Amino acid sequence: MKLNVNGEERSVNAPEDMPLLWVLRDVIGLTGAKFGCGMSLCGCCTVHLDGEAVRSCTTPVSKAVGKKILTIEGLSADGSHPCQRAWAELDVVQCGYCQPGQIMNAAALIAAKPNPTDAEIDAAMKGNLCRCGTYERIHAAVARAAQLAGGKT
Amino acid sequence: MSLSRRDFLGATAGGLVLGFVLPRSGRLLVAEAVAAGAPAEIPVNAFLRIGTDDTVTVLINHSEMGQGVWTGLPMIVAEELEASWSSIRVEHAPAAPVYAHMLFGIQATGGSTSTWTEFDRLRKVGAAARMMLIAAAAKRWKVPAAEIRAENGVVIHGDQKLSYGKLAADAAKLPPPADPPLKDPKDWKIIGKSHKRLDTPDKITGRARFGVDVKLPGLLTAMVERAPVFGAKVKSFKADAAKKVAGVRKVVQVPSGVAVVAENFWAAQKGREALEVDWELGENATLDTDKIIADYRELVKKPGLEAAKQGDVDAALAGAAKKLEAVYEFPYLAHAPMEPLNATVRLERGQCEIWAGTQFQGLDQKIAAKICGIAPEKVQIHTLFLGGGFGRRATVTSDFISEAVEVAKASGAVVKTMWTREDDIRGGYYRPLFVHRIEAGLDASGKPVAWRHTVAGQPIQFGPPRPNTVDEAAVEGVADSAYLKQIGAHLVTAHSTTLGVPVLWWRSVGNTHTAFAMESFVDEIAAASRRDPLELRRELLKGDPRRLKVLETAAEKAGWGQKLPAGMGRGLAVHESFGSIVAQVADVSVDQGKIRVHKVVCAIDCGTAVNPDGVVAQMQGGIVYGLSAALYGAVHIKNGRVQESNFDDYRIVRMPDAPKTEVIVISSGEKMGGAGEPGTPPIAPAVANAVFALTGKRLRSLPFSLD
Repeated sequence: MKLNVNGEERSVNAPEDMPLLWVLRDVIGLTGAKFGCGMSLCGCCTVHLDGEAVRSCTTPVSKAVGKKILTIEGLSADGSHPCQRAWAELDVVQCGYCQPGQIMNAAALIAAKPNPTDAEIDAAMKGNLCRCGTYERIHAAVARAAQLAGGKT
Repeated sequence: MSLSRRDFLGATAGGLVLGFVLPRSGRLLVAEAVAAGAPAEIPVNAFLRIGTDDTVTVLINHSEMGQGVWTGLPMIVAEELEASWSSIRVEHAPAAPVYAHMLFGIQATGGSTSTWTEFDRLRKVGAAARMMLIAAAAKRWKVPAAEIRAENGVVIHGDQKLSYGKLAADAAKLPPPADPPLKDPKDWKIIGKSHKRLDTPDKITGRARFGVDVKLPGLLTAMVERAPVFGAKVKSFKADAAKKVAGVRKVVQVPSGVAVVAENFWAAQKGREALEVDWELGENATLDTDKIIADYRELVKKPGLEAAKQGDVDAALAGAAKKLEAVYEFPYLAHAPMEPLNATVRLERGQCEIWAGTQFQGLDQKIAAKICGIAPEKVQIHTLFLGGGFGRRATVTSDFISEAVEVAKASGAVVKTMWTREDDIRGGYYRPLFVHRIEAGLDASGKPVAWRHTVAGQPIQFGPPRPNTVDEAAVEGVADSAYLKQIGAHLVTAHSTTLGVPVLWWRSVGNTHTAFAMESFVDEIAAASRRDPLELRRELLKGDPRRLKVLETAAEKAGWGQKLPAGMGRGLAVHESFGSIVAQVADVSVDQGKIRVHKVVCAIDCGTAVNPDGVVAQMQGGIVYGLSAALYGAVHIKNGRVQESNFDDYRIVRMPDAPKTEVIVISSGEKMGGAGEPGTPPIAPAVANAVFALTGKRLRSLPFSLD
């Protein structure tokens, strides 16, 4: 089947029911999206399908055909997406394992809601777990990313 | 992770014997490690590489698992080296004796020890390298070394300058000085100033490589069907259906179960689902946490083995004006790091190569060598970033590493053995279940004059049971409590039980339960004697100015004693662990039976904070980790089977539950302590004390329930 991943057309050979996560990681070799639970409970595997944040661990690859798949590797060429800049500015990460999923989830949020309220940030991010407990900084970084995306410095 | 005060025998992996250790008498062990052959020469080459392009690569012998060693340890080197901070690069060191932990004598990360145990060694490495660079320049310029200074990665004499990269080759030929002078702390430019994490750029772009991300030519993925009951053995298995799954290459038996080796994760998982295994369940098939806790409640009614004693506690209790008693209960807890366990192994040409996020390279190497029948130096370990550790990636059986080596050996494949979340939650190595019983006697003024404290739980020990020894981890924070020193008559005893549930250090180890028991009971005494919880603690801690300062700093910043908005309660706790003192004040509300923690003010004195913002981050993370246990965490076992399996029934704190924090890092200049773990112990009692202040209900069992 043909997939559009980070703007590139890819031909992949995989069973239709194989989750997109494992096609990305094991077939294509893009390891930015992570495995954490396999049940859409933790958000580590979050990628975008046509701009919408989805859990790739429970999304069959067949559902991604014909859509634009965006992973953390394709979010920006140089780490300059407003979320990535905000994450760096606030030194958010600890172990870092959940952060690609957090960032992809946040990027979809600020694209849909350029000025999210605190409650909207909590609601949008509550499906993304962080065992290191970086939530407070993630929350602040999402708000900061919205500012940066809006041209504020 | 803490290693307890006795040598332990890691006998499970086939008679492997290791001399081991402990943090509290650590100073002695450093001396022993040195005497036992730790290098006398400052190991500049092992920790430092200066490139001709002026990059300075620091090899770190502690694993980056989120705690920030990737940044903090290089800061220590860069300070003395006078390196330019932007020139610093970092790599995980390979496994080798020179990288042994200064305290444990074996390469490992844990016990909140990385920074303080490496502080002197890494300063000497930086200082020695700086002197070698200056000596090389002195030779080249034919001027006295004393006239040369080093600054920001450049060596300077008058108008002459040479960058470190241009001198590195010459400097490397010189012997390291034996005892390079170290900078006066007042001259520090890097240590003590917050620095951004060096691993951030890779971790926000998906470039960072964790164990799970390893790619190798011909790499296969394995998944192991493990025992449904701890210690169960494979009787027989049918692999036909599994082998028919597209992508499955092999099905092999290993000591821990049956491994399905496949082209990718998905095929391995499907193959494992198709496997039929018949198990000999063994004696643990009747394990039941309800029964365990009921047994412990009976056990703590009688004294156990003595851990600390002063005065005559029976007489003091008998003569007390008022008596109080409480029982506190703590469940098994899984670490649940976000990255499920995994390890990749390649066995080729008499060598074993391992790629993994591990906290225990020194032991992994020995155990892998034993399994493969080769010398330890033939085992190469590539440490990748750890997607969280919290103690789980250091077991004394090297469980997930040794299993991956067995899978590679049995299958003949280059193979990554992967765990699912269910495997992780059900795979054992839990924080042990504990019950504490405390009785106190108060005098007429409400001051405690007697304290009898009995605990029951499994010891975190390995190898044969030691019937007449107290597990230090069971009583750390009680037996050495600052409060008990002030209470004339006290007796602390412990029952060490033997059960088939594998247990392990879990972020802050024994302090996960002892801090709760101590700080809750002190609060109960305050309530019983109608005293302010802060005032009572002040009295009990007088004569301990360092601890008092931490307590008062947190209390003052939080506005202790000020009126709170309606519906809010405030509680506090202070606890020392891993050489650092942490006090926390929590503001909570209760809505329809749900506890909400709004704000936590936290003060820490860890002596010297190398990277203060890193310490802040560890306090923030430690609070959330402890709060997950307080609000949700419990592993239940029925008929030998673990009941929880994933983040739906083993819940952890999510963003809306996470409190706002204010962290104050006190630079006392006292003996350095750790930062990775000490933020966790005080939060549960601070929250429970706040709930009591708000509702009058005393929470004595974790996770909290207001029903």
